[in-house]
Amino acid sequence: MPEPDLAENPRMQDDPPPRKGGWARLSESRNGLGFLFMLPAVAFLLFFLTYPLGLGVWLGFTDTRIGRSGIFIGLENYIWLFDDPVFWLSVFNTMIYTLVASVAKFGLGLWLALILNRHLPFKNFFRAIILLPWVVPTVLSAMAFWWIFDSQFSIISWSLMQLGLIDRPINFLGEPWNARWSVIAANVWRGIPFVAISLLAGLQTIPQSLNEAAAIDGATPWQRFTKVTLPLLTPIIAVVMTFSVLFTFTDFQLIYVLTRGGPVNATHLMATLSFQRAIPGGQLGEGAAIAVAMIPFLLAAILFSFFGLQRRKWQQGRD
Amino acid sequence: MADKTEDHSAPLEQFETLPRRILVVYLPLAVFVFVLLFPFYWMTITAVKPDSQLTDYQNHSPFWVVGPTLDHMRFLLFETSYPAWMWNTMIVSVASTVIALFTSVLAAYAIERLRFTGARITGLLIFLAYLVPPSILFIPLAYIVFQVGIFDSRLALILTYPTFLIPFCTWLLMGYFRSIPYELEESALVDGASRWQILTKVVLPLAVPGLISAGIFAFTLSWNEFIYALTFISSSENKTVPVGVLTELVRGDIYEWGALMSGALLGSLPVVILYSFFVDYYVSSMTGAVKE
Repeated sequence: MPEPDLAENPRMQDDPPPRKGGWARLSESRNGLGFLFMLPAVAFLLFFLTYPLGLGVWLGFTDTRIGRSGIFIGLENYIWLFDDPVFWLSVFNTMIYTLVASVAKFGLGLWLALILNRHLPFKNFFRAIILLPWVVPTVLSAMAFWWIFDSQFSIISWSLMQLGLIDRPINFLGEPWNARWSVIAANVWRGIPFVAISLLAGLQTIPQSLNEAAAIDGATPWQRFTKVTLPLLTPIIAVVMTFSVLFTFTDFQLIYVLTRGGPVNATHLMATLSFQRAIPGGQLGEGAAIAVAMIPFLLAAILFSFFGLQRRKWQQGRD
Repeated sequence: MADKTEDHSAPLEQFETLPRRILVVYLPLAVFVFVLLFPFYWMTITAVKPDSQLTDYQNHSPFWVVGPTLDHMRFLLFETSYPAWMWNTMIVSVASTVIALFTSVLAAYAIERLRFTGARITGLLIFLAYLVPPSILFIPLAYIVFQVGIFDSRLALILTYPTFLIPFCTWLLMGYFRSIPYELEESALVDGASRWQILTKVVLPLAVPGLISAGIFAFTLSWNEFIYALTFISSSENKTVPVGVLTELVRGDIYEWGALMSGALLGSLPVVILYSFFVDYYVSSMTGAVKE
């Protein structure tokens, strides 16, 4: 029988360590060790997330420009923005963009999830390729849309012209409303997979027996969907849609690639306007003020999700 | 998750007739798949089309290519800084993923298992940090990056990407750690293991699927990141792929679609290849974060 290796397992030695330094005490108490383990993550988040968040709010109250530190000017940036029609246009655009794209993503995503929840051949294969738009870098797939929406050589225009439905190419990104619908379409295209796959995961947790029981009681498929599936899916819908709304509301990449806010600011979202004013425009203070103006909307979205979750607890009885 | 699929599919399908099934299942599915994949097809076909066919829809069907060419790829690889962008993106993604994984493992373990005072609140705050979008942070971060003196360097991205990776990874790993039985840790404690030994010898080997999920997800998020890279990097040789393709390959009003689409295609390949090997991990990390 081999001797137990004492060096490797200190607990097998008889005598405990004679005295403990500060380090040993820190690494043995629950809170001390917790502090040590949390330190790297917390340091990162404090310095690169919390501090910038506060700094952003502060910059919004100053007239800082690139290369020149600013002074406190109170609410001047906000007063200036309040009278700025372009800012209000960007708020309007952001609302339309978020609302239409989120509703479309939800509807189409739920539909796709319901289809994928059936018995299908090659189901895992379909699930895998459907997630592709979400995996590929947004900027790069947006460039494919840029080319698809080309004013002269758009493949959509060409196909419609071949079918005889239109007689000249559609100016997808050159007209205000065309441009708005085009960027929304691209956003929906990218967002469907996330919604569909997340809701599919939710659907798979609903026991089949509930649906069967309802069917035996004579419920139509529509009734089974609205009275059994949908209520059970609500908590997941609340979370998925909160994320979806959040990311749509703060979207930047798609607009930056497709239109840069044009034509005549018709597709500027608050995020792109903030970038436009702050980085190429050099007005860091004003850009920060626009970014800060997005925060109330984000809080509203988070609270919406929070109460959505509360409702679930209430529906299921207290915990 | 995948093995439950068979049990909980839509019920009573056996009573459906075939024509009805085609109408409500296969047809919509075909349309979805076509729409979701067409942009990739279009990207690929454009990337290999000779310039002469690119806009000549009269003589060549735009949907197909006669005599595919690698000229665009060659141009990209040998006459632009594309390889440098690829290299930058790779370094930045790998480095920020490693940092994020290391810090998140420690944080998730502390929150979930050490249960220090205030662990629940910390977990909640980390989740809230996940909800802070980069588009409201990039202006103050640009200011900080400039003050610290790392503007226009890869370090600026390596240090800022973990801000959106750590909350996500921590949240995901907390879920995985929660599923590991306490008894294992307790018996290791009784056997005299330190917390560090428990973490590295007991918990982490059991949480490998979670580590893979978090790692590939973090890598993909870093690879796809755009707004920080656009703001913090100014010189061509330090750019990442998404920024480089968009800002350097578009010159004036002449769009070289072949080169642009080649750039988009090559830039997507690393994440798509990674994805194809780890589909299930992606799905579980995406849905895992939502279901918690």
